[in-house]
Amino acid sequence: MLQVVCIKQVAGSETRVKVAGDGKHLDTAGVTWILNPYDEFALEEALRIREKMGEGEVVAVSIGDAGVPTTLRNALAMGADRAIHLKSDVPSPDPLAVARALAAEIGPLAPRIVWFGRQSIDDDQAQVGPMTAELLGLPGASMIATLEIDGDRAVVEREIEGGREVMEMQLPAAFSADKGLNEPRYPSLKGIMAAKKKPIEEKPAQLGEPNLEVLSLELPPTRSAGRIVGEGKQAVAELVRLLREEAKVI
Amino acid sequence: MSILVFIEHRDGQLRAVAREALGVASRLAASLGGPVVGVCAAASDPGLAALGDAGAERVLLATHESFKLYHPSGYAAAVVAAVKAVGPAAVLFSASAMGKDLAPRVAARLGVGLASDCTGVEVEGGKLVAVRPVYAGKAVQKVAFPGTPALIALRPKIFPAAAGAKKTAAVEPLALPEAAPESRARVTRIAAAAGGKLDLTEAEVIVSGGRGLKAPENFNVIEDLAEALSATVGASRAVVDAGWRPHSDQVGQTGKTVSPKLYVAVGISGAIQHLAGISSSRCIVAINKDPEAPIFKVADYGVVGDLFEVVPALAEEVRKLNAHV
Ligand SMILES: Cc1cc2nc3c(=O)[nH]c(=O)nc-3n(C[C@H](O)[C@H](O)[C@H](O)COP(=O)(O)OP(=O)(O)OC[C@H]3O[C@@H](n4cnc5c(N)ncnc54)[C@H](O)[C@@H]3O)c2cc1C
Ligand SMILES: Nc1ncnc2c1ncn2[C@@H]1O[C@H](COP(=O)(O)O)[C@@H](O)[C@H]1O
Repeated sequence: MLQVVCIKQVAGSETRVKVAGDGKHLDTAGVTWILNPYDEFALEEALRIREKMGEGEVVAVSIGDAGVPTTLRNALAMGADRAIHLKSDVPSPDPLAVARALAAEIGPLAPRIVWFGRQSIDDDQAQVGPMTAELLGLPGASMIATLEIDGDRAVVEREIEGGREVMEMQLPAAFSADKGLNEPRYPSLKGIMAAKKKPIEEKPAQLGEPNLEVLSLELPPTRSAGRIVGEGKQAVAELVRLLREEAKVI
Repeated sequence: MSILVFIEHRDGQLRAVAREALGVASRLAASLGGPVVGVCAAASDPGLAALGDAGAERVLLATHESFKLYHPSGYAAAVVAAVKAVGPAAVLFSASAMGKDLAPRVAARLGVGLASDCTGVEVEGGKLVAVRPVYAGKAVQKVAFPGTPALIALRPKIFPAAAGAKKTAAVEPLALPEAAPESRARVTRIAAAAGGKLDLTEAEVIVSGGRGLKAPENFNVIEDLAEALSATVGASRAVVDAGWRPHSDQVGQTGKTVSPKLYVAVGISGAIQHLAGISSSRCIVAINKDPEAPIFKVADYGVVGDLFEVVPALAEEVRKLNAHV
């Protein structure tokens, strides 16, 4: 059984954002690149399924610039069997363009499951998973917190406001993983060594025309520090007064 | 040109986010000069005529028994059919759990761009421009739409819910292709959260606890304050990863983005990933024993002290106030 995991290289969550000279994108000088955290949940689940079935192949696919193979190596070190790097120098291509390029590559592979993260922690779009599923004509579910597979049937739960939605579908299907689906493993030393020999295939990404136009990237107005009302429980009466009379929130 | 709004319902009731989107739509329609039209997929009419008071001129309703619960392909087919019927300049969704799944499906079917989780929408020089937080709120991006319609999903609780127009909307049936209700993925049921608590993304008041609580059982002080404030309980990732609280309670970059009017952070240091999730709160209160904790840099009001002393006193003071009003 073949599973494809779509992974994105993103700026680490500690990144202090600086705007590049074009006024539209992140200044990438000094940025630490990581595997998008949600994609780790996706990859982990794919690896567990392969391990449980005792057979099958997990292929990591990523669209991005010349730096992406470093992150693909991480995926291979975690346990993916091989990787495909779809090369593009477009800074933050829009989700539909990404979905089209992924679908064009993934379709012919005819995987049983296509995996995504819930969202990328840079653009925060949370779109590529369900879009690619639509383009591939696959059923599926986004932001899944649990998954059970029984033969051809999959049952998932996705978190919604005040509860969980239970969904059923037939495989092949596409899922995007939410935090909580599992606890991703750390690559072992053996895994890191093995990853060096695993193949990364390179080809151009078929992104097509852009579907969104970025006009600007700006730093948000900073939330200025308010005041320390006081220390210990003596401060409580004044805090309540301020919340009621000044902030008017209680 | 018209603005189309996807109308969400649950348990036969319209959801508040529908009125938030209608409010934005009315403002856009006023500057573009066209009507606001709703589209809804449901098993039966959830009271759509009432949306006239939120600015909807008419609402197109696709009915099918399987549309009682969220139905990804059926709902997507309904929005696509409405787009074909109305030819709108924009389609607005809420970036709710449902909207986050549905809007990208519609975008893929229509082959147009979508801006997710927007906190602002404007018309600039006749063009729609969406404003959206990126890098977990550390930056703000403005995007325009090369294609039509522009697809826009709005962050819940940012925009005021529209009401008061004293009109009723015309509810018109929307026909779907026969195969539309068929689906290979279906929602079988909704498992409600324990205690029926209000979701963090919908809460007006949130009290969150962090590692400063020291042990899971100590969350009772958080729960007690939350009860006094009619608040929902949240948590930092540190305590979720420790297994003290469920994942659904986590606030922050890899948890929930919240927009309450009051956010109380207790024993939370204020790591950048936590702050990312709370930056659109109206008022932030921090209670922490360390005066240097980064949370105080963003808090409107801070109390330096031992949470085990301050939080019960605060709960008591709030209860006193509640007894007076
Ligand atoms: C990729 C990534 C994603 C992440 N996503 C998130 C996320 O979504 N949400 C999130 O919250 N974190 C997230 N984190 C983790 C984040 O970096 C911090 O580790 C986490 O927020 C710390 O939680 P905390 O504030 O509860 O604990 P700590 O940082 O340990 O802070 C505990 C605080 O309690 C105070 N304290 C202790 N005892 C008392 C007392 N008796 N009275 C009063 N105060 C007391 C201390 O002074 C301290 O400030 C993420 C990290 C990474 C790398
Ligand atoms: N450039 C990319 N290459 C491969 N997969 C991607 C890329 N961008 C996004 N994805 C996948 O789509 C998910 C959602 O991304 P987004 O819609 O950008 O929030 C990510 O978690 C990845 O699984």
